[in-house]
Amino acid sequence: MSLRSPLATARGLGSAKSGTHHWWLQRVTAVALVPLTIWFVISLIVHSGASYEEVRAWIGSPVPAVLMICLIGGMFHHAQLGLQVVIEDYIHAETCKMAALIVVKGAAIFLGLLGIFSVLKIAFGG
Amino acid sequence: MASVERPLSPHLQVYRPQWTTVLSISHRATGIALSVGGIALVWWLAAAAGSPEYYESFAGIAGSIIGRLALFVWTFCLFYHLGNGIRHLMWDAGKWLELEQARKSGYHVVISAAVLTIVSWIAAYAAM
Repeated sequence: MSLRSPLATARGLGSAKSGTHHWWLQRVTAVALVPLTIWFVISLIVHSGASYEEVRAWIGSPVPAVLMICLIGGMFHHAQLGLQVVIEDYIHAETCKMAALIVVKGAAIFLGLLGIFSVLKIAFGG
Repeated sequence: MASVERPLSPHLQVYRPQWTTVLSISHRATGIALSVGGIALVWWLAAAAGSPEYYESFAGIAGSIIGRLALFVWTFCLFYHLGNGIRHLMWDAGKWLELEQARKSGYHVVISAAVLTIVSWIAAYAAM
């Protein structure tokens, strides 16, 4: 006999109320990053040695700009999720752990926004 | 409760490092290194969004010996984390879980990461 309600089984969420959300998002971002990373590396090779103007012309054109924004968003989300697990595994002092988690999350959001804003600024000719 | 034999997670102090465990911890290490690399990526984009002088100073640092060395290490970390990440996704899908497959796919990941790193740098210098 199960002590769990039918609703709990249907939702598949345990006592943490988040189920496999974290694990799943890490995989989703990982899958997205596979083609984005390959595009990024090839693009960097093609544009190696490019001047300031050439780099801006490349990043500012529509498809590379959107791909770059996807890469930044996916990468910092994936990095934040990964670093969170590392911190939870190795830092056991509760205060330090909390502080580290908040710093990593804040840094990921700040850097992600800074990267996306920079791409948009180049694209819109600021 | 003491009679219940539960599997223990490998204790780093008493376990001899094995090929697969070294690759596993390397996935984390390269992930951390790439997170730091993300700062450099944003720095580059912010410099490109800024003035030509700002971009010049970034390009100067990135093009220095230490800058190039960091970029080279990050390139390897990227290819390793990419290849090993795909290996992890295969495990999540329930494939390649046999010991021999895990060892072999690990070799493939390391060798392909090394080859792709070198090929990328040769291609980048050739494209310059």
